[in-house]
Amino acid sequence: MRHLLSAGDLDHDTALLVLDTAEQMAATQQREIKKLPTLRGRTVVNLFFEDSTRTRISFEAAAKRLSADVINFSAKGSSLAKGESLKDTALTLQAMGADAVVIRHQASGAPHRLATAGWVHGCVVNAGDGTHEHPTQALLDAVTMRHHLVGMRRPGAAAGRDLAGRRVLIVGDVLHSRVARSNVLLLHTLGADVTLVAPPTLLPVGVDSWPCATSYDLDASLPGADAVMMLRVQAERMHAAYFPSAREYSRRYGLDARRLRLLDEHTIVMHPGPMNRGLEISADAADCARSTIVEQVGNGVSVRMAVLYLLLAGSADEGIR
Amino acid sequence: MTTYVLRGVRPLGADPTDLLLRDGTIADVGPGLAADGAVLVDGTGLVALPGFVDLHTHLREPGREDAETVASGTRAAAAGGFTAVHAMANTEPVADTAGVVEQVWRLGREAAWVDVHPVGAVTVGLAGERLAELGAMADSAARVRVFSDDGHCVADAVLMRRALEYVKAFDGVIAQHAQEPRLTHGAQMHEGELSAVLGLAGWPAVAEEAIVARDVLLAQHVGSRLHVCHVSSAGSVEILRWAKARGVAVTAEVTPHHLLLTHDLVRGYDPRLKVNPPLRTADDVAALRGALADGTIDAVATDHAPHTSEDKDCEWQAAAMGMTGLETALSVVQEAMVETGLLDWAGVADRMSTRPARIGRLAEHGQPLLAGSPATLTLVDPAARWDVDPAVMATASRNTPFAGRRMHGRVVATFLRGRPTLLDGRLQDATAQGAGGAR
Ligand SMILES: [Zn+2]
Repeated sequence: MRHLLSAGDLDHDTALLVLDTAEQMAATQQREIKKLPTLRGRTVVNLFFEDSTRTRISFEAAAKRLSADVINFSAKGSSLAKGESLKDTALTLQAMGADAVVIRHQASGAPHRLATAGWVHGCVVNAGDGTHEHPTQALLDAVTMRHHLVGMRRPGAAAGRDLAGRRVLIVGDVLHSRVARSNVLLLHTLGADVTLVAPPTLLPVGVDSWPCATSYDLDASLPGADAVMMLRVQAERMHAAYFPSAREYSRRYGLDARRLRLLDEHTIVMHPGPMNRGLEISADAADCARSTIVEQVGNGVSVRMAVLYLLLAGSADEGIR
Repeated sequence: MTTYVLRGVRPLGADPTDLLLRDGTIADVGPGLAADGAVLVDGTGLVALPGFVDLHTHLREPGREDAETVASGTRAAAAGGFTAVHAMANTEPVADTAGVVEQVWRLGREAAWVDVHPVGAVTVGLAGERLAELGAMADSAARVRVFSDDGHCVADAVLMRRALEYVKAFDGVIAQHAQEPRLTHGAQMHEGELSAVLGLAGWPAVAEEAIVARDVLLAQHVGSRLHVCHVSSAGSVEILRWAKARGVAVTAEVTPHHLLLTHDLVRGYDPRLKVNPPLRTADDVAALRGALADGTIDAVATDHAPHTSEDKDCEWQAAAMGMTGLETALSVVQEAMVETGLLDWAGVADRMSTRPARIGRLAEHGQPLLAGSPATLTLVDPAARWDVDPAVMATASRNTPFAGRRMHGRVVATFLRGRPTLLDGRLQDATAQGAGGAR
């Protein structure tokens, strides 16, 4: 693994390796001294062209717990309208000797461009690009699902195992969602059966070629699901006629108390955050016992530790001590 | 003026013969020609074609001389075998007055590489609100006959109708950039399977087809001439075929890049492949080739769109749309159309010279290679192979999608009214020849 640009870059074995490594990382975080010396002397740059405090903090914590030097480069507010600034910024980072660049950008493909244009030599990690992908989110979601649906919540019990046969619903604004794209790719690689549920306006033209099923009917899709992932929906979408009103959206596609009762006992409720409570998810659903929303955040740090470790410390056989 | 004997060339790909170029015209055609003091050009293996006419060239001057000037763009044109180009109106200021079109026309005469025919804007400032002074541009020294808001669609149906009607008074034509603006808001690439995967906002083919359909019906209703710029989809081809069968006075062009490249190339997010209309599917490419072969599409037009590296060496979404094309057009047409058996060289002459000249009402271009015709022609070596190196091209910009690609066939000489602008593959400066190439 040279870069992590798309969840599609991960084959089955590599994906499992990341998940297993993430679990080992999580185990180290139970110790009194959380910090590992693994990436001492290496520099990780967090290059955030788009505001996302939670993702940046998660990457920052991951890098610091591996003893890397972290530089936070928030380009928000500077002269970003022009694309040249990505190149100029990249050249600056290159001069600073960045070993890895974690990039969040509002333009789809910006991490890909950073990795292939020859501007930087370090590893590039996509921390979310436009409406394209968010691969570490998909990885942390997979860790979460595996823990509940495969390992039955016993630490280490899921190691080496994929998500074969598990049924996952991804519900909401698929069209604009980088989380959905990365999840479909990774979950397919891991053997899960994915169904995207959305109004037809929020499914992209061409979705038929994705390795998943689609449905317009949430109620009919809920029974039998092992995990239900609710995507953030921006209420402003209704102004572009994607749906008539927030009210109608939540009536047809929101997860509320009534729909919670349609779920099987073991089914988990997920959300990548930040939530629009009352739109795609009600407070009942967000805060219910089956909700893994807070746990997902915690898994984010260990997954990002695993990704940085595998990219920068090279071969996995070295193990984690 | 130097007299030339082109020895052993193949006019439109026919059997080898000689062409005698004297005083700006083809003085004689036949084997074994000779003339006192004539410069002999060895044309063995070369195909002679009438000089190419581009209906769609962005020369960027005035306003964006950092990307291209009339001088650099017309050098590129001569290098590509062109003898006339239509300079698009989206300059700064916009070519929407007699003053601006005359300025561009004059710059073209001074540069003297090709005949520059300015395209006039349809609407003031390309804003799509009210008609520019089309008559004044037609009556100006530039004698504008082609009008276009290229880059912007004349989306308002009433305005389009009026424009189509109005230019009948001076035998003009409206060249429409067919793009329904609401359906393409923020569009980044062809809408389909790949745009869904890449997370780039889609440019659906229907946004082009809806406008083409509307406009052919409008043109029929008012009995006007319509030209459709850079057709990109199989659906547009079907509509054009239907309209032509009904006798609508519609013509259309296709770019070289739409004849060769597909949207799959966007997978790497390389902004050099970002263009408007976007690269589409292999089925679209096949339909466009078929339409060019059967004449449903009349002309190859480059849509040569130079951009500075600042506007291209960035992330996809921030990049400008467009690619250069003048110096690679012939090679692409040879590969996509001739080597596939879809067009012979007479067909290439028709689609790259005769028909575009007729659409632009250029009497001196696109003429048959016969005694008495203007000595305005180009020589092509179909056997040549060359690798595209953006750094050595004549255009001032580097945004070719073909960088590093091995091209098939090469233009080796271009003559404009008897004067070589390109000879042995090298550009020939008009002032150095002291010939006063401009009319
Ligand atoms: Zn155009």
